[in-house]
Amino acid sequence: MATATQTQTVDLAARFPGMVSADTRPGYTGFIVNKDNLIEVATAVRDEFGFDLMTAVTGVDYIAENKMEVVYHAFKTTGGAGLVFKVQVERVDPIEVPSLINIWPGVDFQEREAWDLYGIKFTGHPDLRRILMWEGFEGHPLRKDWKEPFYEEDVKPYKSRWPEGNHTYAEEKNPYRDNLNFPEGFDPEKFTVDKEEDLYLSLERDTAKDVDGSMKTEHIVVNMGPHHPSTHGVLRVAVTLDGETIIGLKPVMGYLHRNHDKIGERNTYLQIIPYTDRLDYFNSMSNNFGYVTTIEKLMKIQVAERAEYIRVIMAELSRVQNHLIFIGMLMNDLGTMYTPSLYAFEERELVLDIFEAVSGTRMMCNYFRFGGVVRDIPDYVLQKIKDLVFERLPAKTDEMERFLNENEVLVARLKGIHVLNAEDAIKYSVTGPVLRATGVPYDLRRADPYSIYDRFDFDVAVRHNGDMMDNYLIRFDEIRQSLRILEQALKQIPQGPINSQKAAYQVRVPAGEAYGRIESPKGELGFYVVSNGKPNPYRYHVRPASFVNLTAVESMCKGSKIADFVALLAMLDIVMGELDR
Amino acid sequence: MDNEKLSLPNYNIPQDIENVVAITTLDRLYNWGRRSSVWPLMFGLACCAIEMIAAQTARYDMARFGMEVMRPTPRQADMMLVSGTVTKKMLPSIIRLYNQMPEPKYVVAMGACASSGGPFKEGYNVVAGIDKFLPVDVYIPGCPPTPQALIAGMIKLQEKIDKESISKVRWYNKEKFDGNYVPMPLLGPDLIDVRRNTEIRDIAAKKTTQESA
Ligand code: SF4
Repeated sequence: MATATQTQTVDLAARFPGMVSADTRPGYTGFIVNKDNLIEVATAVRDEFGFDLMTAVTGVDYIAENKMEVVYHAFKTTGGAGLVFKVQVERVDPIEVPSLINIWPGVDFQEREAWDLYGIKFTGHPDLRRILMWEGFEGHPLRKDWKEPFYEEDVKPYKSRWPEGNHTYAEEKNPYRDNLNFPEGFDPEKFTVDKEEDLYLSLERDTAKDVDGSMKTEHIVVNMGPHHPSTHGVLRVAVTLDGETIIGLKPVMGYLHRNHDKIGERNTYLQIIPYTDRLDYFNSMSNNFGYVTTIEKLMKIQVAERAEYIRVIMAELSRVQNHLIFIGMLMNDLGTMYTPSLYAFEERELVLDIFEAVSGTRMMCNYFRFGGVVRDIPDYVLQKIKDLVFERLPAKTDEMERFLNENEVLVARLKGIHVLNAEDAIKYSVTGPVLRATGVPYDLRRADPYSIYDRFDFDVAVRHNGDMMDNYLIRFDEIRQSLRILEQALKQIPQGPINSQKAAYQVRVPAGEAYGRIESPKGELGFYVVSNGKPNPYRYHVRPASFVNLTAVESMCKGSKIADFVALLAMLDIVMGELDR
Repeated sequence: MDNEKLSLPNYNIPQDIENVVAITTLDRLYNWGRRSSVWPLMFGLACCAIEMIAAQTARYDMARFGMEVMRPTPRQADMMLVSGTVTKKMLPSIIRLYNQMPEPKYVVAMGACASSGGPFKEGYNVVAGIDKFLPVDVYIPGCPPTPQALIAGMIKLQEKIDKESISKVRWYNKEKFDGNYVPMPLLGPDLIDVRRNTEIRDIAAKKTTQESA
């Protein structure tokens, strides 16, 4: 069961006496490492204990104790429980923690995020710039003493609106009458705009110097995005080109940074569920799944039996739908505008019909609750799902494969392009289908089973070349496996209650921390939640798959053609709502 | 549009040329042409953009209203569909795109976020509605609006176009029309709306005096 992840398998404190101590705060697990020994301990964690996949790095601001904490979650690609270790530093600027980028290069973006939002300086990080906000922004917004312009109260529900329900406009309370806040004595006329020199400097630093000495060419820097015609939303990349070949690349993100963490820390536990819908907006069901699993872990409650099956059915339908869209969008980006994606959307609409029938909305389902789900599946919907799973979807998947797989242009554009090898993939903390296409059979449904996935008979889809073609084909494999799970779940689903808990506006969550993760269609979707026993989480952090998978992009596309880059974005299957949060 | 709608009523056309000749006003003809070929800018911001794509697909098929030609470049677009959360970091790019669109141009705010900030209004990086910067023609409520709602909003826009008159529209008015440029906001310690520079300086200065007093 899911709780198995929390058991400690490694005793770091015994291995490093004096450098590491067990975290004894009630409800907490893992170890606290001395800041000065971090590199040494982390190296041992990777090499001696075999935790090769560093998935989540984040900060927590314990303002009452005057401490800033960095939390690391490391896992093994062979599966099993993870290892949590933390570093605590005095909360006095400059807050400095050694960077682990040389041990796990996958921490790159996550450390930059912690710098951006918490102001934790990772010494030794070669490129510590802001990542979600822009350079020059005032303050580090996730610190507990940083207040946004529309700040009203620390936690919801706000007294002004509840229970009486008197609403006010946020604009009325702010001197600027808008979502703005400037430092004292700020004069906009004297302000000079940041020319993003840091970005271009870092681009230049990482640009391959000597490409091919035979011809003298001039390099140009091109900015793609944030508005561009590929279908992946508002991502921007700055690329250095030598002719048409990419020799340097830096992604720039944050154009859809909607402050998910900060808003989440203000919401009650229940209020967060609809926000998680808006993370990866193709898969609201999976996002719900990840979040409620985490909170259930903290609350230590059981999920109603029927609800477990409903959850799995919804999550797998979501995966099928996501992969179909993936194929359609990949084709779009390769230039076969619209036709394949029209086929994909046709099936997606049928899945959305089911979501709408059970939850009331097509996309933002808000369907899961702690201990179960919010509504039962009516029989006619169950019948509809059966028709889809047993009849229509298998046939349509075959049809799509028949239409596309052998296509000469498609093979030419995909085969052998953007190869990622397993070693690099693990190094950069890549998860999900992209990792499995490199030959690593790491699927959380098997590697660290949650919910009731251990009851189903299915194979972890693996391909071995790690190129675009395998990434494309593995999506079909996964659709087939999901359909297999769905068939079993639909046959086995029992009758019974759909929630083990009573419906309540507020839930009691005991103090402690939990890291819950699920295999979302894009990869590992993790939630790190710290509760202090109050109705709102003290720390709420999302570890999105798209964001971390993007770490690998720079090394993957150096030396390939710019025209293939858009296809690479499609292949990583990024979605900005999750990437930027 | 069929003949009946295009022709002015009560104008007698000899019966033998009834299906060949239509008599109408220039306004009607002008608007009919424009309303039936509103080309949106291919531009998605967040979750709402997915419903926008869904509205283009077979089941809803916006092509029925002449709106299927999504243009990736603003130079060829007539309408900006602001489909999603507008963040402060993204806003300068949106304004630049708007300024690059030639007249006549329309702005549709799709969803709660684009209309008012929606569920993310309190966020420090969120602009509370695109109408703080751009003139919005149609607001479409919903989070996200269903494709049907989006189409209903588009029809509202068509109704608006129907009411315009070629002699009065701003883009032919040489004396008054200034190009409709929106000044670019800057990214400083926070988002700087350059139209409000003096105001911002005054309030920021007041803050200092208040705190030192
Ligand atoms: S209105 Fe809702 S669906 Fe649309 S962008 Fe905002 S949060 Fe997403």
